[in-house]
Amino acid sequence: MNVFDILGPVMIGPSSSHTAGAARIGLVTRALLGKTPVKAHIFLHGSFAKTYKGHGTDKALVAGILGMQTDDERIRFSLDVAKREGLEIQIETGELEDAHPNTAEITLTAEDGEKVSLRGSSIGGGNILITRVNGMEVSLTGQNPALIVLHKDAPGTIAAVTEIMAEYGANICSFHLAREAKGGLAVMTIESDSCLGPDLNEKINQLENIYSSTLLERV
Amino acid sequence: MELNYHSIEALLNAAKENNCRLSQLVLTQQAEQMELPEQEIYEKMRQNYQVMASCIQPGSAPDLKSTSGLTGGDAYRMRTAVEQGKNLTGPLLGGALYRALAVSELNASMGRIVAAPTAGSCGIVPAAVLTMQEQYKLTERECVMSLFTASAVGMVIANNASLAGAQGGCQAECGSASAMAAAAIVELAGGAPDMIGSAIATALKNILGLVCDPVAGLVEIPCIKRNASGVAGAFVAAELALAGIRSAIPADEVIWSMKKVGDVMPAALKETAEGGLAATPTGKMLHGQVFGE
Repeated sequence: MNVFDILGPVMIGPSSSHTAGAARIGLVTRALLGKTPVKAHIFLHGSFAKTYKGHGTDKALVAGILGMQTDDERIRFSLDVAKREGLEIQIETGELEDAHPNTAEITLTAEDGEKVSLRGSSIGGGNILITRVNGMEVSLTGQNPALIVLHKDAPGTIAAVTEIMAEYGANICSFHLAREAKGGLAVMTIESDSCLGPDLNEKINQLENIYSSTLLERV
Repeated sequence: MELNYHSIEALLNAAKENNCRLSQLVLTQQAEQMELPEQEIYEKMRQNYQVMASCIQPGSAPDLKSTSGLTGGDAYRMRTAVEQGKNLTGPLLGGALYRALAVSELNASMGRIVAAPTAGSCGIVPAAVLTMQEQYKLTERECVMSLFTASAVGMVIANNASLAGAQGGCQAECGSASAMAAAAIVELAGGAPDMIGSAIATALKNILGLVCDPVAGLVEIPCIKRNASGVAGAFVAAELALAGIRSAIPADEVIWSMKKVGDVMPAALKETAEGGLAATPTGKMLHGQVFGE
């Protein structure tokens, strides 16, 4: 803890969990898509569903999707900015099973039809946890540079990926693996202490049994 | 440098031994801890102070409305009374009240603020320091430095109790902010370390047990007005301490009791919007008005 944990951060009100955390969930989704979205479907659960109008959670999520940081004064007007930039937004509320009270599911679609969907929770003080990407379980905080690697469940795949990380001197601070079935689609989420460059990601993308590797910078 | 943030007494003893202001010790120690030059840490705090100052004008605009539509415009009313010389308690207290309302109302309208220590209590510390600067013609440097003292107090409370309404009730948010502000005011007024300790203790004692009961779960009612009373309480505590009035219970023991009180406080009174003012007929009616139920 330091003085800036007490006097800080600079943020857009009114609530670190309902505004700052929501904006960060939007930012991660945008980073995962890696290009400009034209459509955003937002599903809100729990306290997010019940209080989003009063807290401006919808505006904060959309602001993040538009690439705005948590202290960006345009967050308040993000719905207008979305309209101007041609981003179509649908908001739905309801119940999700086994989800934290402050949870949103976002699906973004790019102009070329590429889609990404994500489930993220705002867990307090502006901190977030991404628990699903494209329906698969992950564990991501957005606080560290990370790789999300979709791959075939085959022996040696994890070793090949981590070997490249070792080669680049990237220390792993969190590793999570989920798979649909033995030999089927699997996803690794790897968080690192150090910056992961595009070169490293490109090398992983060229490995055998890798469908895609997405680099997510710290948000 | 050996300086930890587990007891107010230890911090104040360090200031006495080194015969310097607490803020300077904290700045030096933080620079060491973060492995950055003192100037860089100071500059970052100065930027935070500038963000605090930039909240006052937009926060006290006549047409300000919160996102929910429940609040806004009260900082303008208070400011107008002060500027016309019509308020009861003069420019110092009146100035502090309208500034606390301004920062807090700006927060509720999705404006840019500094969490101090939380968004819900963001008006108290800025109102105290900005008003001291205006009334006593203090330099920016003195004011920025006083924020290091305020932060150190917040760290001790975080280490021994809590700064979250969901854990400790409003005493943990507005109470902590009030204690932090009281310490900053005493330092800005040139008070001795023991006076800082008494001011922290008095500010916290006077808000001990305050529940967190936001109407509709929003950071507006009663949070905004509690920011005004939080800064008023900081001035009360500082004024008593500067007159040489000592707190019978030391600051560290008050913090300990705040933790104990928070622990036994029922969940309905800890940010869940199920008890207190949130559960009143008007509180429920306003909830329905915002969320259309």
